[in-house]
Amino acid sequence: MMFSWKLEDQPVDTTPPLLLELRNLTTVFPTRRGLVRAVDGMSFMLREGEKLGIVGESGSGKTVTLLSILRLVPHPGEIVDGEALFLGEDLLHKPRTEMRKIRGKEIAMIFQDPLTTLNPVFPVGEQIRESLGIHNIVSSSNGWLSRLFDRRRIAAEQERVIQVMRDVGIPSPVERAKNYPHQFSGGMQQRVIIAIALSCEPHLLLADEPTTALDVTIQAQIMDLLNKINREHGTSVILVTHNLGVVAEFCDNIIVMYAGWMMEKGTVEEVIADPKHPYTQGLLRCLPRISEKREKIHPIPGLVPDLARLPPGCPFSPRCDQAMPECKEDRPFPLIELGEGRLVRCLLY
Amino acid sequence: MRAIKVLERVLAVIPIMFGVAIVVFLFMRLTPGDPVDIMMGGGGYVSEGEIENLRREFNLDKPLHVQLYIFLSHAIRGDLGNSYVKRAPVTELIAERLPATIELALGALIFGLVVATPIGIISAVKQYSALDRVSMAGAFLGISMPAFWLGILLMLIFSVRLRWLPVAGRIDYDAGLQTVTGLYVLDSILTGNKAALISSLRHLVLPSVSLGAAMAATVARILRSSMLEVLRQDYVMLARAKGLVEFLVVAKHALRNALIPTVTVVGLQVGVLLGGNMIVETVFGWPGLGRLVVQAIFARDFPLVQGAVMVYAFTFVTANLIVDVLYTYLNPKITL
Amino acid sequence: MEAQTTALNQILYPFKLRFQLWGRNGLNFLRELWGQPSALLGAVLVALFVLVALFAPQISPHDPTRGKLRKQLIPPVWEEGGSPEFLLGTDVQGRDLLSRIIYGARISLLVGILSVSISALIGTALGALSGYYRGTLDTLISRFADLLLAFPFLIFAIGMMAFLGPGFTNLLLALTLKGWVVFFRLARGAIMAERTTEYVEAARVVGQSNPVIIVSEILPNIFHSILVLGTLRMGSMIIAEASLSFLGLGIQPPTPAWGSMVADGRDYLVTSWWIATLPGMAILILVLSINLFGEGLRDILDPRLKIE
Repeated sequence: MMFSWKLEDQPVDTTPPLLLELRNLTTVFPTRRGLVRAVDGMSFMLREGEKLGIVGESGSGKTVTLLSILRLVPHPGEIVDGEALFLGEDLLHKPRTEMRKIRGKEIAMIFQDPLTTLNPVFPVGEQIRESLGIHNIVSSSNGWLSRLFDRRRIAAEQERVIQVMRDVGIPSPVERAKNYPHQFSGGMQQRVIIAIALSCEPHLLLADEPTTALDVTIQAQIMDLLNKINREHGTSVILVTHNLGVVAEFCDNIIVMYAGWMMEKGTVEEVIADPKHPYTQGLLRCLPRISEKREKIHPIPGLVPDLARLPPGCPFSPRCDQAMPECKEDRPFPLIELGEGRLVRCLLY
Repeated sequence: MRAIKVLERVLAVIPIMFGVAIVVFLFMRLTPGDPVDIMMGGGGYVSEGEIENLRREFNLDKPLHVQLYIFLSHAIRGDLGNSYVKRAPVTELIAERLPATIELALGALIFGLVVATPIGIISAVKQYSALDRVSMAGAFLGISMPAFWLGILLMLIFSVRLRWLPVAGRIDYDAGLQTVTGLYVLDSILTGNKAALISSLRHLVLPSVSLGAAMAATVARILRSSMLEVLRQDYVMLARAKGLVEFLVVAKHALRNALIPTVTVVGLQVGVLLGGNMIVETVFGWPGLGRLVVQAIFARDFPLVQGAVMVYAFTFVTANLIVDVLYTYLNPKITL
Repeated sequence: MEAQTTALNQILYPFKLRFQLWGRNGLNFLRELWGQPSALLGAVLVALFVLVALFAPQISPHDPTRGKLRKQLIPPVWEEGGSPEFLLGTDVQGRDLLSRIIYGARISLLVGILSVSISALIGTALGALSGYYRGTLDTLISRFADLLLAFPFLIFAIGMMAFLGPGFTNLLLALTLKGWVVFFRLARGAIMAERTTEYVEAARVVGQSNPVIIVSEILPNIFHSILVLGTLRMGSMIIAEASLSFLGLGIQPPTPAWGSMVADGRDYLVTSWWIATLPGMAILILVLSINLFGEGLRDILDPRLKIE
C-alpha cells in the first residue's frame, strides 16, 4: 500500500494494492553434511491479481519459498529470518491458530504431483468439502454437534463442492464427487486439487509446478484454467516452475532463483527480451525456439551445486562463462536496481 | 454387490478347510505304532475281541481312503469323532473349553491393540524422541521374547513376590458367578456381580499381557513404520495446507492410510495369538482349549488333538477372512 | 566328461564372480556394519553364543546332566547362600545351571540354523521351479503352501509333534514342514519378476538351458533376500523350539534345552526363582542378538524387505 503514493504520472487507483511482501526471507535445513540455506534473503512484492513466476532448477529453493509463506517447511527445515507480510500482517509471527485460518482460506497451494497429493482413501468430494468445513465457509448454526447434523449446511456444502468442481471443468461433478482419486486421470486429479484450492476463494494461489507431472496437452488446459481463475476472481498467483516457457506465457513478472538466491527480477517482457544475469541468459539459451531456424540448444555447463558445500562468492560462478575473479570472493552480492522493479544480483552491473 | 463379493470370499474358505481337514487326518499316519495299542496304553490284559471292537468303533479296520471319507463326512456335520480317553464327542469337549480360550484371546487382542496403537502413532509423530526410542526398544524386546518366559517372569513378580495378582485359574472359587456366556468378565457384568468382575479381571490380566505382548510389539512396530511412510506423503502436506489442525491431519488423513498395512499384520498376528494360547494356558493353568490339547497330547488322545488343531486353523482362517473384508473397506483401490 | 566339467564351470562361474565381488564388498559390508552399532552388537553376541556352543565341554564348569544330590537348589553366587562353585546356582537335581545353559546353546543354535537352512533350501528350490516354469507344478505347490498358511505356525508344529513324538529329528521335521513356505513365496515372487528381465532374456538368447539360467543367473540375485529373511526367521524358529521343549514336546531330558529348563523351574518358582528365569534370559538374549543382526543385515543388504 505504501507504493500507491510513490507514483509519477499515473492516476493513484490503477495500481492494485499490495497483497504479499517478503522481506529477507531465509529458510535453512540443517543436514548431516552442513547447513543448507535453501532460501537466502528472498524479498519481493506481489500485488492483487498479479501473476508472479519463480523460475529455477530443482533445488534452487522455489518450493521452499512457497512452503515458507505457509509456514509448512518440513522438519528439520526452519525459517530463521525475514518477514512475510500478507495484507500488512507478518505471517511468520502469527500464532498457530491464526496461521491455520489463513492456510486454505486466504492462501491456498497446489502441489506438483496430483498422483500423490490426493488422499487415496477419501472420495474427492469429501476432500474438497473438508476445506469448506475447516473454514466454516458455508454459514451454519453454532455448536459443533448441531453443525454435524445440520442438514441444510450439509446440502449447502455439497452444492458448493459441485459448483467448484464444475468451475474447474470436471464433467458430471455430482457423480464424480463420490469417486476416489485413483478413478481419475492425472489431469482430472490436478483439477480436483485446484478445486480444493479454490473452494474457499483464496486471495493468493501458490502453484508448485502444477503441470510438470502432466502430459503436454493437459498442461495447456491446466494453465488456461489458472488463467481463467486469475481473470475471473482476481486471485493472485505465484507460479513456481523450472519451465521458462510456461512462465513466459502465463506470468506478469519473473523471479529467477539459483541456490536459494534471487538472481534476477523483472517483468516477463524485460527478462525474456533482455536477460541481464548470466544464469538467466543461460536458461534462455536452453529454450528451443521454433521461430528461429534450427538453432543449437546450449546447455549451461556443469551441474546443480551441492547446497551444503557452496563455494565462496556467487554460487553460480563455477558455471558462469562471464565469471570474474572477484565473483569467487567471499563478499556481499547486492541486488542492483536497474529500473523500476528490475533487479539483478551480479557484479557485472 | 459388495455383499456378493464378501459371500464369495466366505465360500472360498470351504476348500481351504477341506484341505486343513485332510492334512489333520494325515497327521494320524505320522505316528508310529497302532492307535489301538496306544489307546490301551500297551496293557496286556485286553482280549483280542475287545481290540477288534475298538478297531471297528474307531473305523480303524477300514482302508485309509474310506477312513478319510468317514472323517470328512463326519467333520462336515460338525462331528469330529470321539475322544479315546474320555469317550465323549470331541466337539463337546472343545465347546466346553472354548469360552475360556476366547476370553483369554480377546483379552490379549484388546491389550495388544490398546497398547500398540497409541505407541505406534506417537512414536511416528515424535520420531527420535525419548518416548519413541524407549517404546521401540521395548517393542524389540517384545518380538524377541518367548511368551512362556514372559508369563513366568510376570507371575514371579506380580503373583509370587508382590502378591498383587493370583497365580493361576480364571476366578476365585467363592465369587459365586452364574455363567451365562462362559466369558467370566462378560458374565459378571451381565449378572451384576461386582466381586466376580474384579476377581475375573484380576485373573485375566497376566495371561492376557503374556499372550498379547508379542502382538503389541509387532503391531506397534508396523504401525510406526507405516505412519512414518504416510506422514511423508504429499496428501498429508495438502491436509496441513488446507488449515486442518495437526491432530486431525494425523488421526484422519495419516492414520486411515497407515491402517491399511497394519490390519494385514494384525490378521497374521492372530496366528501368533492362537499358537501362544497353548503355552500361556499351560503357564497360568488357564482351563481352556490349549490346556486341554496339551493334556490330550500326553494322553495320546489323537481325535481330540485333531479336532482342536482344526478349530485353531478354522479360527485363523476366519480371522484372516475378516481382515480381508476389512481391508477392502479401508483401501478403496481394492474391490475384493 | 569334459562337457560335464564345462557345464559345471558354466553354472559356477557367476557364483565365483559374485564371491569375488563379495570379497571386494566384504570390507564395505564390514564398514557399513560398523556404522550400525546395534547390528554390530548383535553380530558380536551371536558369534559369542556360537563360540560358547562349540566349546561347551571346555568352558562349562560342571557336567550338565549329572547332579550332586547334596548340592540341590543352590542360589546364584550374588544371592545369599550362593557359592562361587555354581555361578548361576543349581537345579532340583543339583545340576549346575550355568553348565546347562552353556550346553543348551547347542540345541537352540543347532535347531535354529538347521531348521532355517533346510527350510530355505527346500523353499527356494521349490519357489525357483514354480516361479520359473509356472503351470501345473506351480499350481500344485502353491496350493499346498496356501493350505499350510491356514495353520498358525506353532499350532502346526505342536500338532505334528503330538503325533510324531518328541525328539531332535522330529522337531526339525515339524519346524521345516511349515518353515519352507516363506522362502518359497519369496523365491517364487522374485523369480517371476526376474525371469522377464533383460539379463535372463539375454541368457536365453545365448542358448543357455533353463536349469542353468535358474541356478547361475537368477538365484545369485535373490541370494541377499534369502539370507536376510533366513536370519530374521531364525529367531522365531529358536522361540518355537523353546516353546515346544517347554511343553515337553521338543528336546527330551536329560539333554539340556532352554525351553525344558524353564519348564523344570516352574514348580520351584516360589523358592528358587533362578531355575526358570535364567534359561529364559538366555533365549531372550540370543534371539535379541539374532534379530538385531538380522535387521542390520536387512538395512544393509535388502531394504525392500522392510515392509515385512
